[in-house]
Amino acid sequence: MTAVEDSAATRAEPRTVARLLWWRPDRAGTPIVLALVLVAGSLIFGESFASGRNLGNIALDSSYLLLIATGMTFVILSGGIDLSVGSLLALSGVLTAYGSRWGTLAAVLLPLAVCGVIGLINGLLIGRARIAPFIVTLATLLFARGLAFAVADEGNKVYIIPADLTLTQLGQARWLGLSAPVWCALVAFAAGVVVLNRTRFGQATFAIGDSQEAAELMGLPVARVRVLVYVLSALLTGLAGVLVAAQTQSGLPTIGEGRELEAIAAVVIGGTLLTGGAGSLSGTLAGVLLLKVIQNLINQVGTLTTYYQQVVSGTFLVVVVLIQSRLTRRRMR
Amino acid sequence: MTTSAIDVRSVSKHFAGVRALTGVSLELHPGEVHALVGENGAGKSTLIKLITGVYRPDDGEVRYLGEPATFAHPRDAQAAGISTIYQEVNLVPMRSVAGNLYLGREPTNRIGLIDFRRMHRDARDILAGYGIAVDVRRKLGELGLGVQQMIAVARALSTDARVVIMDEPTSSLEPREVDLLLDVVALLRSRQAAVLYVTHKLDEVFRICDRVTVLRDGRLVHTGPVAGTTRLRLVATMLGRDVDQIRRHGATTFDDHQREVTGTPVLRAEGLTRRPLLDGVSVEVHAGEVVGLAGLLGSGRTETAEAIFGVVGLDAGTVSVDGDSARRWNPAAAIRSGIGMVPEDRKSEGIVGELSVRDNIVLAALPRLTIAGFVSRRRQDEIVDTFIRRLRIKTSSPDQRVSDLSGGNQQKVLLARMLCLHPKVLILDEPTRGIDVGAKAEIQSLISELAALGLGVLLISSELEEVVEGAGRVLVLRDGAVVDMLRGDDVNEDRIMHAIAQASGGSADV
Amino acid sequence: MSDTVTARPTRPDILTFLQAGGVYLAIALLLLFNLACTPNFATVANLRLQLVQVVPVMIVAIGMALVIATEGIDLSVGSTMAISAALLPLYLGYGTWPAIAIAMLAGAAVGCVNGSLVAFARMQPIIATLGTLVACRGLALVLADGRLTEIFDPILGALGSDSVLGIPISVLLVLVVTGAAAIAVHRAAFGRQLLAVGGNRAAATLAGLPVKRTLVIVYVISGVLAAAAGVLTTARQGASDPSFVGLLIELSAITAVVVGGTPLSGGRVRILGTLMGALLMQLITATVIQQDLPDSTARMLQAGIIVAAVYVQRGRTRA
Repeated sequence: MTAVEDSAATRAEPRTVARLLWWRPDRAGTPIVLALVLVAGSLIFGESFASGRNLGNIALDSSYLLLIATGMTFVILSGGIDLSVGSLLALSGVLTAYGSRWGTLAAVLLPLAVCGVIGLINGLLIGRARIAPFIVTLATLLFARGLAFAVADEGNKVYIIPADLTLTQLGQARWLGLSAPVWCALVAFAAGVVVLNRTRFGQATFAIGDSQEAAELMGLPVARVRVLVYVLSALLTGLAGVLVAAQTQSGLPTIGEGRELEAIAAVVIGGTLLTGGAGSLSGTLAGVLLLKVIQNLINQVGTLTTYYQQVVSGTFLVVVVLIQSRLTRRRMR
Repeated sequence: MTTSAIDVRSVSKHFAGVRALTGVSLELHPGEVHALVGENGAGKSTLIKLITGVYRPDDGEVRYLGEPATFAHPRDAQAAGISTIYQEVNLVPMRSVAGNLYLGREPTNRIGLIDFRRMHRDARDILAGYGIAVDVRRKLGELGLGVQQMIAVARALSTDARVVIMDEPTSSLEPREVDLLLDVVALLRSRQAAVLYVTHKLDEVFRICDRVTVLRDGRLVHTGPVAGTTRLRLVATMLGRDVDQIRRHGATTFDDHQREVTGTPVLRAEGLTRRPLLDGVSVEVHAGEVVGLAGLLGSGRTETAEAIFGVVGLDAGTVSVDGDSARRWNPAAAIRSGIGMVPEDRKSEGIVGELSVRDNIVLAALPRLTIAGFVSRRRQDEIVDTFIRRLRIKTSSPDQRVSDLSGGNQQKVLLARMLCLHPKVLILDEPTRGIDVGAKAEIQSLISELAALGLGVLLISSELEEVVEGAGRVLVLRDGAVVDMLRGDDVNEDRIMHAIAQASGGSADV
Repeated sequence: MSDTVTARPTRPDILTFLQAGGVYLAIALLLLFNLACTPNFATVANLRLQLVQVVPVMIVAIGMALVIATEGIDLSVGSTMAISAALLPLYLGYGTWPAIAIAMLAGAAVGCVNGSLVAFARMQPIIATLGTLVACRGLALVLADGRLTEIFDPILGALGSDSVLGIPISVLLVLVVTGAAAIAVHRAAFGRQLLAVGGNRAAATLAGLPVKRTLVIVYVISGVLAAAAGVLTTARQGASDPSFVGLLIELSAITAVVVGGTPLSGGRVRILGTLMGALLMQLITATVIQQDLPDSTARMLQAGIIVAAVYVQRGRTRA
């Protein structure tokens, strides 16, 4: 009995420098960097950064991305990718505004239903027909954007959500100092955490991304889970679109371009392996906040243009993944 | 005796005209560990797949607990109580130990959420039952392969498996881990599970198994109690040789006179070590000599070839050609210093299926044929034509896709790819496996011809006949180490089998 | 086991035909439809316009096709175009050709970074080039301070709008690039190495080929071609616009490659097919617009074409 224990202990992770420094991107790295950045930001910029108003703005800005990235986390954990989310965001926004003429319920349900169907198509083509996720969601990226423009009459028509609609009031309401989209994102995020970590569906998502072959041999419903993660991603993006529309009182078919890449970046920076199988939603939350805080900080620096945001984000992404792959490679060998 | 757990009744199976199994029967009783042995291509994995529902038999039937078993999918077999443990651990490495044990059937609480506390407690209890004390919350991949393999066993058993099929479960384990796994197998037997134990390691057959079945070329050639046989007899049966009268001349087409060459070796590999697969293997090959590497699968044959050719990193050891050794050793360096290798796995490591015969032949010569970025079409054609003619590669044109050729001709293309580099040493890993009789004969006589022209050849083959008749000197490998070196008249199947059959650290019990 | 002769089903069914010639068939059908139904379609001006518009996508797609043949992908092409566009006005003071050279060098540098991340750091191509996509767009905007700069340069102007023998210079350049790529793939040693690396990396390594070098070179080519597309776009627009130049062109390029019959799984490449894939997408847009249908219809049609193309090729990807 002791022999097994020994054998397990000798195979423990190697003591890398990174480990000694407590830098574990898949666990604590990103939150720690986030904390450091927050402290540094407060020290350097004082009130202009650490004010409730500015932090509230960061929170609002982060909430849409958090919703999308939560769904994206499921997709990436299962070993896939969803490029269609940026377009779905726009489509959902346009449909919300379009549907608002029939009241709040229609304004919410119409976009969610359409996004759900598109997510289902993604899922079926990927999970059942086994076409590469990259290609399938690239096609739905085009399709959803096209549909958004079609509904908005090629962008010539901007549907306005009436100010007296419940949706508008909900979208612009604030509770405890946080705006409604932030609350929505937090609730969806919390639900996501429970589903991912405490349900069989969540565990199966991890397992499929880890080794699809093993998951199949272990008798998991691989195809069904793969379909569901794309539906989930599309629905959460749809919700984000509803919130954006409610906040701005309109739906524009042009928004959200490149959002898919931002969401993927947030997920990966949060420590989720792009190959799937390992990662966490808490990491994604940290990744989203880190991206948005850095963007905000760069905006604070008067001498730096906002364009540095992208330089920093891109470089950051590459460096994080580089360190990640070094660590996992060493651990798995 | 009670009803057998698995009863395979003279099943046959063929694929695209090739017979994989012919009239094989096998009975598996509860409380017995039944060894299934045989060389590659003997039909072991086909048999397993027939039992677990991956394939359906063309003829005959499989009965499970007395009832005809018609599983549509391995999942169904698993649900019915037949668990399979694969050679490579088939669990998800990034999940926890407990997560792997319970994946897909996690215990839930009243509102349907997973009850981790209970899952961890139960997992701990289950593993403790097998004498495994690990933190069940750790990631599986962080544990040793032996522990992983045992967790796979534990998962299989926690589904109340009546039948456990183990497909070479120890092939990547270290000796101590093997001991632990075999203890678990013994435990299984005591719990009245029926275990089908597929292995290449004779030690394990004699240590743990009650009965043994030998397959060869898709046919059942022996079945009976382990106690009634000997290692040597088992080896002879597996390889299709007769212990008492092994003929000197078989069906190969090698030259009759394989001479041993002395002098300075052209290839010298010393102390090649890569734990746990290779342990200090040294090989010397002289110009004009064919050196055979014999041993059962997993003995380190292929690993030795890969080590010499720089495919894998080594813990220790050096390779030199004509006394020179490159600082960075990789296949490109090996080729530059005059070594060529035709790998064992033609499809996944040899041919580039999408490319033409021509491109495949000149692939390795590209760096030499290129002038200012372009490959001289004339020199390319010269080489390609020469080798298509010389090796009699049957292809409609040099531009035919190589994946459209037969296996034998693909093998010749790979030989041509190396020969056109004019190597000093050629490593051939199973050069005649899976190819038709005609091509096999041609390749065998070619090997003799090349050696006569001064090429040093390292010949690896699981066919004893091929090694004995093709090589002038034979190294016998077992458990990643050279256990015997035979030369001259000692090169015969009897001696090789004795060397292979020797118990680890002991003498042969013939 | 005896010799398994690979008896390949060789019957010329519809699927096989569509796999090989689907793009050409679709283009032919669209052309016929337009000739019959679209007034003023077959005018020189219109045809020239269609071609000139699709030039950047074609050039980028050829680089993309080479990258995809190695089982990779290059998302950073649009941002590389932006960097190239942003550098042009900064260095025009030293002369047009030096400025163009610097833009191309920058493209090579981006490709070198991508290639090194893929070959040496063994990062997944999609994530490595996603990183450079984001970073390079930012860098381009930093270089240009986010501003659109109008350019009055005779040579660039000629590149953008002049014709030789009635064919726009940019279209001629596409033909040159296509020819060079076709020669590189079919005649040069590099092409064999490229396809071997993409088709069977283990075999390429065992044959002693310079696998890593090949990977780096292919990303450098993609970067240089993207930079060239950036120069051409800038020349045609008469302005350097780093915010928008090449935005989302990676998607159009990947689409062109995939529709043109190059599988994402590597080992095969169709240069001419890629060109045709880009042309097909352009024709769809043009047809839809000239039929007075909204642009959005074109996008949705394109989405359908992508899925159909990949679905048809699905059987062939494993080989």
